[in-house]
Amino acid sequence: MELLKGIFQYPFEEMANGPAFLLQVLWEGFVAGTLYSLLALGFVLIFKASGVFNFAQGIMVVFAALSLVGFHAAGLPAYVSLFLALAVMGALAWTVERVVLRKLVNQPDLILFMATIGLSYFLIGFGEFIFGGEPKSMITEELGLPTGSSVIDIFDDIVILQHLDIAAALIAAILVIGLALFFSKTRIGRALRAVADDHQAALSVGISLNQIWAIVWFAAGIVALATGIMWGARSDVSFALQIVALKALPVLILGGFTSVPGAIIGGLIVGFSEKLFEVYWGGLLGGGVEGWFAYVVALIFLLFRPQGLFGEKIIERV
Amino acid sequence: MSIAENIEPLNTQDILQVNNIEVIYNHVILVLKGVSLTVPKGGIVAILGANGAGKTTTLRAISNLLHGERGAVTKGNILLDGQEIHNLTPNELVRRGCIQVMEGRHVFEHLSVEENLLTGAFTRKEGNAAIKRDLEMVYDYFPRLRERRRSLAGYTSGGEQQMCAVGRALMSRPKMILLDEPSMGLAPQLVDEIFEIVHALNQKEDVTFLLAEQNTNVALRYATYGYILESGRVVMDGEAKELRENEDVKEFYLGVGGEGRRSFRDVKHYKRRKRWLA
Repeated sequence: MELLKGIFQYPFEEMANGPAFLLQVLWEGFVAGTLYSLLALGFVLIFKASGVFNFAQGIMVVFAALSLVGFHAAGLPAYVSLFLALAVMGALAWTVERVVLRKLVNQPDLILFMATIGLSYFLIGFGEFIFGGEPKSMITEELGLPTGSSVIDIFDDIVILQHLDIAAALIAAILVIGLALFFSKTRIGRALRAVADDHQAALSVGISLNQIWAIVWFAAGIVALATGIMWGARSDVSFALQIVALKALPVLILGGFTSVPGAIIGGLIVGFSEKLFEVYWGGLLGGGVEGWFAYVVALIFLLFRPQGLFGEKIIERV
Repeated sequence: MSIAENIEPLNTQDILQVNNIEVIYNHVILVLKGVSLTVPKGGIVAILGANGAGKTTTLRAISNLLHGERGAVTKGNILLDGQEIHNLTPNELVRRGCIQVMEGRHVFEHLSVEENLLTGAFTRKEGNAAIKRDLEMVYDYFPRLRERRRSLAGYTSGGEQQMCAVGRALMSRPKMILLDEPSMGLAPQLVDEIFEIVHALNQKEDVTFLLAEQNTNVALRYATYGYILESGRVVMDGEAKELRENEDVKEFYLGVGGEGRRSFRDVKHYKRRKRWLA
């Protein structure tokens, strides 16, 4: 009985009694959610265009952030470093397409997946060789990102909003809108969706897969850089970050591997639910729920809706 | 008659020459055993034959889409406008004005009909105005597509998808379209409609067609010249009119007479035997 109350009664009483605290928890969930969304977005881009789950996305986040910090440490101004870090991601995309993807065209997806695992280990080693293994701090202020916080009085209580989190949400939103427009309005975006639909047909109308792949990897690189800056600003820039990237997996299962809106909604769902569950129900299980909760949600989803919330409609004509 | 003039074997008039090509899949399976054919400028040439005769493979060898199917041209050469095209990517080939409409339509299901058409213009460098104009041209040839321009191509009917696929190819402003099995899975009336449009495009837009067809009857009505393929070899070729009149073709491919034989090659033996028995 006490257990049932613990599940169905006390948490809701707690929410009702402390609405400001609930808001704070929801805000934290939202912020975590936007970061998950950004992470997942990088995966979705590459999966859509080439059907490959890019295991290296996590290390790309780290690599992008490290190059940014590295260029700045070498004495360059912050914005020049940002530009150069983008150039590094572009060069990476071009190299991956040339050296890895082009050689593996028409191989089974599993082989491409293995190749991305290889790529991620290469990038870990290469990154440590160039930048060293110790954690570095993100150049948050130099990039003009706000660092303060605002306190909002509400319900006779306070909610604290970090300005950095607000900026993160805004940047994520701009990035997503930009990508959505790029996909739906431009010639390259259209070609990208065509490739996602049918490789052979895309080839037959003269769309160059190599070009498309390089562009997609570059777009994923841009997203990785944004994620790296935001995540790095909240903690440190270290290789441990790439483990966080695995959180994108439940997000993708929830949202569908091929859907940009799915990645965003999935990220938010994971962010909200794991924070709420941790705070209000976590005590029942001894805490530390945040680490695995998302995976359980994903498992349940797999049982009932394997294509995800927004997975590509499976078109069937009758 | 204009058909006879079109197929005058003048080499300078040939847009495409396929010389004795051999195609092997997966390094072991020999599918084409020396196929040669020529397509005159402005002609409609049909490759005919049963399932597995090598029609699609021939088209894919020309459009260089074999690679994706783990196939490779191991002998012979293919000339487009007198130039070797063996090593070109499909992208470069489309730029040179040769595009394939694949068997089974292969429209981009999650793109709208109009977006599908626009992907066909991917290789073109002209401004939007020219592309808009061509879009209108395609809609004029396929009024049904204009009606369905906003719907997802995956939800349109088979006939509309075939039209969409042909229209998409047209958007690249090709000199030559390789059309693989346009009649597949379509009602006879629609097949006629599509062939009428092919004929119109050939006449008015000056597009040369090389088409692979199982529907010998329709194909020979619209084509100027035909090749009959069997087991990866050309077993017969001639003007469409001749082929239509040919007794053996009639019996075996047009379903006039015949008593359940399996192969065109058997025809001669069968004839001989019949004569002997008679």
